Amino acid sequence: MVNEKIAIEHGLKKQEYSKICDLLKRTPNITELGIFSAMWNEHCSYKSSKIHLKNLPTKNNKVIQGPGENAGIIDIEDNDAIVFKIESHNHPSFIEPYQGAATGVGGIMRDVFTMGARPIANLNSIHFGSPEHKKTRNLLRGVVRGIGGYGNCMGIPTIAGQTNFDESYNGNILVNAMTLGLVKKNKIFYSKAAGLNKPVIYVGSKTGRDGIHGASMASAVFDEKIEEKKPTVQVGDPFTEKLLLEACLELMSGDSIIAIQDMGAAGLTSSSIEMASKGKLGIELDLNKVPCRETKMTPYEIMLSESQERMLIVLENGKEELAKKIFDKWNLDFAIIGKTTDSKKIELFFDKKKVADIPIDTLVENSPIYDRKWKKAKLPKKNKIKKEKFKNLKIVNVLNKILANPNVCSKKWIWQQYDHTVMGDTIQKPGGDAGVVRIHGTSKAVAASVDSSAVYCWAHPLSGGKQIVCESWRNLIAVGAKPIAITNCLNFGSPENDENMGEFVECVQGLGEASAYLDFPVVSGNVSFYNQTKDIGIKPTPTIGGVGLIKNYKNMVTMDLKQNENILLVIGKTEGHLEQSLFSRDILSEKNGPPPEINLFNEKNNGETVLKLIDKNFIKAAHDVSLGGIITALSKMCIKGKKGALLNKPKYLIDKFEYLFGEDQGRYIVEIEKTNYDNVIEILEKNSVHYDELGIVNDNDLIIDEKSKVSIDDLNKSHNIWLNNFMSK
Amino acid sequence: MNSSVIIFPGSNCDRDMDVALKKFGFKNKMVWHEDTKLPKSDLVVLPGGFSYGDYLRCGSMASKSKIIKSVIDFAKSGGLLMGICNGFQILTETELLPGVLLRNKFSEFICKNVFVKINNNENKYFKKITKQTLKLHIAHNEGNYFCTKNQMKEIEDNNQIALFYCNKKGEVKDEYNPNGSSKNIAGIFNKEKNILGMMPHPERMIDEYLSGEDGSLFFENLLNNLK
Repeated sequence: MVNEKIAIEHGLKKQEYSKICDLLKRTPNITELGIFSAMWNEHCSYKSSKIHLKNLPTKNNKVIQGPGENAGIIDIEDNDAIVFKIESHNHPSFIEPYQGAATGVGGIMRDVFTMGARPIANLNSIHFGSPEHKKTRNLLRGVVRGIGGYGNCMGIPTIAGQTNFDESYNGNILVNAMTLGLVKKNKIFYSKAAGLNKPVIYVGSKTGRDGIHGASMASAVFDEKIEEKKPTVQVGDPFTEKLLLEACLELMSGDSIIAIQDMGAAGLTSSSIEMASKGKLGIELDLNKVPCRETKMTPYEIMLSESQERMLIVLENGKEELAKKIFDKWNLDFAIIGKTTDSKKIELFFDKKKVADIPIDTLVENSPIYDRKWKKAKLPKKNKIKKEKFKNLKIVNVLNKILANPNVCSKKWIWQQYDHTVMGDTIQKPGGDAGVVRIHGTSKAVAASVDSSAVYCWAHPLSGGKQIVCESWRNLIAVGAKPIAITNCLNFGSPENDENMGEFVECVQGLGEASAYLDFPVVSGNVSFYNQTKDIGIKPTPTIGGVGLIKNYKNMVTMDLKQNENILLVIGKTEGHLEQSLFSRDILSEKNGPPPEINLFNEKNNGETVLKLIDKNFIKAAHDVSLGGIITALSKMCIKGKKGALLNKPKYLIDKFEYLFGEDQGRYIVEIEKTNYDNVIEILEKNSVHYDELGIVNDNDLIIDEKSKVSIDDLNKSHNIWLNNFMSK
Repeated sequence: MNSSVIIFPGSNCDRDMDVALKKFGFKNKMVWHEDTKLPKSDLVVLPGGFSYGDYLRCGSMASKSKIIKSVIDFAKSGGLLMGICNGFQILTETELLPGVLLRNKFSEFICKNVFVKINNNENKYFKKITKQTLKLHIAHNEGNYFCTKNQMKEIEDNNQIALFYCNKKGEVKDEYNPNGSSKNIAGIFNKEKNILGMMPHPERMIDEYLSGEDGSLFFENLLNNLK
């Protein structure tokens, strides 16, 4: 018998349970309670985030589909569209890193091909605890293998990513996976069911007992009993997913499908309910017909299993045979398990008995929505760092140390384990500002980047939220892409804590302001709360996945320096903001102060002007200036191009360390040819863009001033050594 | 020239191979693993990927697939049969080529550009090719070639080694071996040299925007040799 105690064990609150009883006008049975708990948990219902997310800009003239579907869609012209989304798989990846990360990648790819798109690129953003923490190495190894294991087998290139280390992730790592898919605009599939008595089809893998309560597990904080949660982690099979992809795309080439939805979080429960809810219909399922991997599975288990690689389809009448043939060809299960009805209820049958009978609107529209208490964060006081602290430091030593910093160093050890060239269209590999893949057989290419700046968000959520959208925008521009839209993965601590909730609210606000100003709307995303162990939450970590279009891929820009004597310019003004910079935090151990200020006007103006220069083919190399400031950005350009640089003395009075390591926003380093200098300067001045002449491209050495000279080989060593050493221990 | 690319469930370089073959003038057909007959072909390719999920052992299930009998017949009658990556693994599993492909030495998947040195030009694949050292691309978890001492002796006596991992200058040394492969072997022939298995993917190096064009050189040369 269901009672309040059992409801609470399902993660429901007392008042939520009484609401269920009120809505049903009776006590739910165990299957029904399971369904409510799956639909009403934070992960599926967005109950704490909904009222804030609705303020985000979600439209521009390129957006075909915004949030609310399996993924967002943007128009890239000529009847082509890009489907993309980022999603978290944080909790399972900490419990079981290989399977957690693998199924995260599998899940996001399914979201994309559910809409009719063939995946063309994967990206990921992964955050780990401090390198000294005993779990970090194994978690990193497991996650990287899991991401590679799934994506490589699917044959989808992993083209870019981001890896960070910070002690706030010691007990809660983050694994955010993003996929881009390509679809014809007139062949997009949605999850809205339509029509009565249409067959409901189950395809893919069989249902097992894995992943039961996965979504609920991801809606709670971790405690010492975390090991017991292992069975809630799903087990992935990329081979089956590859077959499912091909079979679905084959079926989609015809006109048999009315609606299609992958079984992700909360499995059969959420997929069937979402399709019915969107179509304002009812749905009837015979659970005896669901293909099961294990014997004697109960309706409760069948409905809550999160077994992977499964899809639910509402088919046109009379297309059953044709569809079955395709799934038989690919050796996948195919079962007609129910039909659409006009009851506006979900009705489940098992052994000829009705085992659940719930009005759909009670699960969806009437799900709880909370306006949680939140605390506004103050802008930290300026903490002018005293020059005495660094006047004795040697620039070259600091630079080598920064290049070897875990958050700056080369991540080649990681991305070399991901197939990044399969499909034969990857024209910018991992390690650049953004990954770029061509649209097969055309002159177009799409660029994509994932970014987060948890330190800035932690210091001041509003500024941090803005910054991260700007950084994504810059990364796309730096490769010559016109930014179009973003997807976001909002990783935070517990929403029941007013400080964490405040971080969420203000990061979202900042993110919204920047994306509105830059006309860079949010088209899809996901919220991951409860990244928290007992009372300690992670630093607020909104991750942004940005997508942009390069109309002619031959105009793509890379960051490697190209030619001696070419001129290097810094676009955007350098003020020398050191607070919250890598230099302050890691070299001076100074952790206070505000993050760099965001000036959206300059950000937009600088970016658009750089794009103009790229369109005129004036830019030979470009790189955005972020973590570690100008000199770190330039060093990476040197390393990639195997070239040196000779720096000018800065024209205005500013301390050398502030100039070289300051993290002011809205800046790029660009390489131009001498013959184009006048033209470039004219365009910059006409657009009122601030620029500085940084220096010229040189052979072999980076010469910063008369006392600071370092060979590119040495910089390369510093940049490449840390991660390899760390992982070979 | 007619070519055929076999698609196994889990193949994922089949399209890339199709694109490459067509780019250089082959009339290519895709052949489903459940078919039993090959179309008329001058070249048959087993593409890369994870045939049958690489379950059991890489290439093992594919070596028992329906189409494989006619592939074997085709090769035994002298037809050109090439296996890339997973295709190479299938060729060793069918015992058309000697040896096995073990897990990479550091048991990590490796995706990167490598240089390979051509060891034998007396065959349809490499005859008249204008470079002896090619820049190609590898992406695999099991590319560590291994065989028994007797097999190795036979391979060497018959000049069956096709490619060695090397550096830009063509020097074959341990430090240029990406996966622990015996003697730096990247590819081998059968005795008759009509069957070639290799780990590197020439189909991923067919235009200047994809980090190189040595794959183009390979396909162009192959087509010319077949004419």
